[in-house]
Amino acid sequence: MKPLLETRGVTKRFGAVVAAEKVNVQVREGEVVGIIGANGAGKTTFVNIITGYVKPTSGRVLFDGQDITGLPPRKVIRKGICRSFQIPQLFPDLTVEENLLVACTLLNRPFGKLLRPFHDGKFIERVEEALEKFHIKDYRHEPAGTLPQGVKKLLDIAMAMMGKTRLILLDEPTSGVAIDEKFPLMDTIVRSVGRNGTTTIFIEHDMEVVEHYAERVIAFYDGKVIADGETSRVLRNEDVVSFITGSIPTARREPADADS
Amino acid sequence: MREPLVILLDGLVYSSWLFIVSAGLTLIYGVMRILNMAHGSLYAVGAYTAASVVGWYFASGYDPTLSYLVFFTCAAGAGVLAGLIIERGILRVVYGRDEVLVLLVTYAVLLILEDVIKLIWGVDAYFAYQPYAALGRTKILGIPFANYDLLLILLAAGTGALLWFGLNRTRQGKFLRAVIHDREVSEAMGINVTRLYTATFVIGSALAALGGAVTAPSLSVVPGIGVEVIVIAFAVVVTGGLGSIGGTLLGSLLIGLTRAAAVHLFPRGEVLVIFVIMAAVLAVRPEGIFARVKARKI
Amino acid sequence: MRRKDRTYPILVGLFLLFSGAVFFTPRWFSFLLTVAVARSLVVLGVVLLMRAGLVSFGQGFFYCIGGYVAGFSSNAFGVTDAGAVVILAALGAVVAGAIVGLLLCNYRDIFFAMLTLALSMILYSVIVKNPALGGSDGFNVPPPTILGISPEAVDPRVSLPLFTFAVAFLLYALAHRYFLSGFGYAGLALRMNEIRLEYLSLSARALVFLKYILAGVLASVGGALIAYISGHVDPELAYWTTSGEFVFIALLGGTGHVLAPLAGGVVFEVIRSYAFDLAPSLWQMVLGVILLLMIIFMPEGLWSLTERFLERKRDEAAP
Ligand SMILES: Nc1ncnc2c1ncn2[C@@H]1O[C@H](COP(=O)(O)OP(=O)(O)O)[C@@H](O)[C@H]1O
Ligand SMILES: [Mg+2]
Repeated sequence: MKPLLETRGVTKRFGAVVAAEKVNVQVREGEVVGIIGANGAGKTTFVNIITGYVKPTSGRVLFDGQDITGLPPRKVIRKGICRSFQIPQLFPDLTVEENLLVACTLLNRPFGKLLRPFHDGKFIERVEEALEKFHIKDYRHEPAGTLPQGVKKLLDIAMAMMGKTRLILLDEPTSGVAIDEKFPLMDTIVRSVGRNGTTTIFIEHDMEVVEHYAERVIAFYDGKVIADGETSRVLRNEDVVSFITGSIPTARREPADADS
Repeated sequence: MREPLVILLDGLVYSSWLFIVSAGLTLIYGVMRILNMAHGSLYAVGAYTAASVVGWYFASGYDPTLSYLVFFTCAAGAGVLAGLIIERGILRVVYGRDEVLVLLVTYAVLLILEDVIKLIWGVDAYFAYQPYAALGRTKILGIPFANYDLLLILLAAGTGALLWFGLNRTRQGKFLRAVIHDREVSEAMGINVTRLYTATFVIGSALAALGGAVTAPSLSVVPGIGVEVIVIAFAVVVTGGLGSIGGTLLGSLLIGLTRAAAVHLFPRGEVLVIFVIMAAVLAVRPEGIFARVKARKI
Repeated sequence: MRRKDRTYPILVGLFLLFSGAVFFTPRWFSFLLTVAVARSLVVLGVVLLMRAGLVSFGQGFFYCIGGYVAGFSSNAFGVTDAGAVVILAALGAVVAGAIVGLLLCNYRDIFFAMLTLALSMILYSVIVKNPALGGSDGFNVPPPTILGISPEAVDPRVSLPLFTFAVAFLLYALAHRYFLSGFGYAGLALRMNEIRLEYLSLSARALVFLKYILAGVLASVGGALIAYISGHVDPELAYWTTSGEFVFIALLGGTGHVLAPLAGGVVFEVIRSYAFDLAPSLWQMVLGVILLLMIIFMPEGLWSLTERFLERKRDEAAP
């Protein structure tokens, strides 16, 4: 089967730093892929390149067979790729509800129709759904800038997913979130994403989370992919253990509400 | 063969003036991320101070050769004083606020300074032609050239050299460059940013005032001379790349020489040409010639 | 819960009130009011940009274009109807704004502020140096016919204020509608986080381009109206002090509502009349000091007072 996302020899240099070196990755439709790697390994850069925030020094990015290399984020987004951010990108003075409504309106309405009133019933309903789905209803009237880190993360992801989504890239969705909230948060995400078979790529430092949710893992080290394959195999890979995780996974934790 | 040489000489003189005036603006921006709209008013303070001092000096009949040192020093001193008052009294209140908000604060300072200048010096024109006339003229390849303008070029070169030396060869200068390069890291490394800010603003203000002082002898000093200066200095600085001293030097030369050419060949476009150059450079390099674009971490 | 929006009825009420003032108050007062309203249109444009995080220090550029469109229309082309001229002024702003907007839409923050300032200073110097454009003295603009009514039939000192109010309040209503539209909120979003905006598939550049032109249209229409009200245009319309005053009024009033610029404009005229009586030579210093105090103590502008007042009333109503 043709891959949904493919990078061919993607390389990115920032001066002397090589943040991505000949990265070749193929992701099939419907896969759930975890990306691991130490800080500075080039994980965020990988997402930035795919979504057009950063232009690769060389190499190609293909989505659904189309070359999307170098397209600006706004055009990449229209193809059905969305992303969340390691540092949540919100509209700090707007409320949670307004943040979602802005996201929903802009993602689903063409430029020419933006003259219509912002408070539109159809979109308000979808915002309502998102508030429900991501368990952030209680915060709806709070300005986004004042939220706790975990809620910011959720809002950031919720905003990213307001449009039509075929591929979602999540940049450390559980960072800054309390340990006992990581699994519920991932459940929330996976439940809302997984249901419609959206292809998911998530960057994660917590190996328990990776093990539990990823079918496949790509390991980055120093801008290079050092391992790529089925989750348990990659996590037992010698290089991965010595450069990234430090140990071979032993116990497997079963969260109470992991019903999906 | 004559005209190109005249243009070159005029252009160099104008570039020198531009450089002295703009260097302070770009230095302050580079270190403090403040675009000081009152820079032009500090220029005017320098020009008025110089004019007053020159008037008094020559009326008292002292030795003309020393006058240059006296009025340059007095003008720069006035700039230091004004800069100190502005930075300690007003700007420190708004440090850390939004860049645009701080721009508006410096605009308020500009408005206040304009009237303060009128209160001190009145609205009549001042003339300080004596230092200009006293130096006489030399012939360069048959073209008469005011020695005062030669002095101006030397002064600009000296200023540039001093800035370069200060930034690259002194301890304080290394701190400054560290701050320009990456403020957050510098603060984290424990560089005392507050003191550096005060020093930077004062030096920048002194440069503005010096710029005013050197021009005072070659034109009439009237209210409002400062505002055109800030617009032109901004054009220079943006062309070169905001915050880069080397860029400012290049911008000064580019704009100075072109303007001199326009004055001789197409006088009506004298002002326009400055901005055409700026727009042309920005169209190709949106951040100016030497600026480093830094993407936000996301 | 969102407050019920009563802006449209308030605008109609104010229009009727202001129009009544033309008949029942002294001439100098209705003149000042007309000037304040016409200029507040320009400020409305500044506010429109400020809501998107952009400060234009050069709205004098469009203000001047509008004024000169009015002047040349009647003096050179025989177009003497104010209604037609207002439309011409708006078109002029669209054309000029589209050309320079292509460069400006790449810039934000201080760059945007200073480049707009430079632009208006270019226009100023072009006019000053060009006798064909009236040079530094400018020229007079005869009273227009207003939607077919000649100045002989109805005293322009009555018809012009009424026309100004009609145009201004219509534009206020449209601007309010705009603030509540997707574009309006996209502007707020642009101010707060441009990266996220791009990731919501909107082109920030296109948005800035559009808003710059809209603000230009408002300024240009204000300029055309002022040309008729004062009967004169000169390059001063494009001078930095003029643009600076618009920014001042915008900060004074605040950006929270379409009526904020109007409130700011009226308060500004009051300050100006007092300052000119008490300390004529310290006008700029007065402006500067007020500006400093506003930025430090009331950055949301005078309009925030009404918001606070409304909130308190609501709290009292529902304890
Ligand atoms: N915009 C940039 N400019 C310069 N260097 C960058 C930039 N973005 C990332 N880098 C560098 O590239 C490397 C990889 O960064 P990143 O992709 O953020 O790593 P990760 O997300 O895996 O922690 C790091 O060394 C980082 O400093
Ligand atoms: Mg990262």
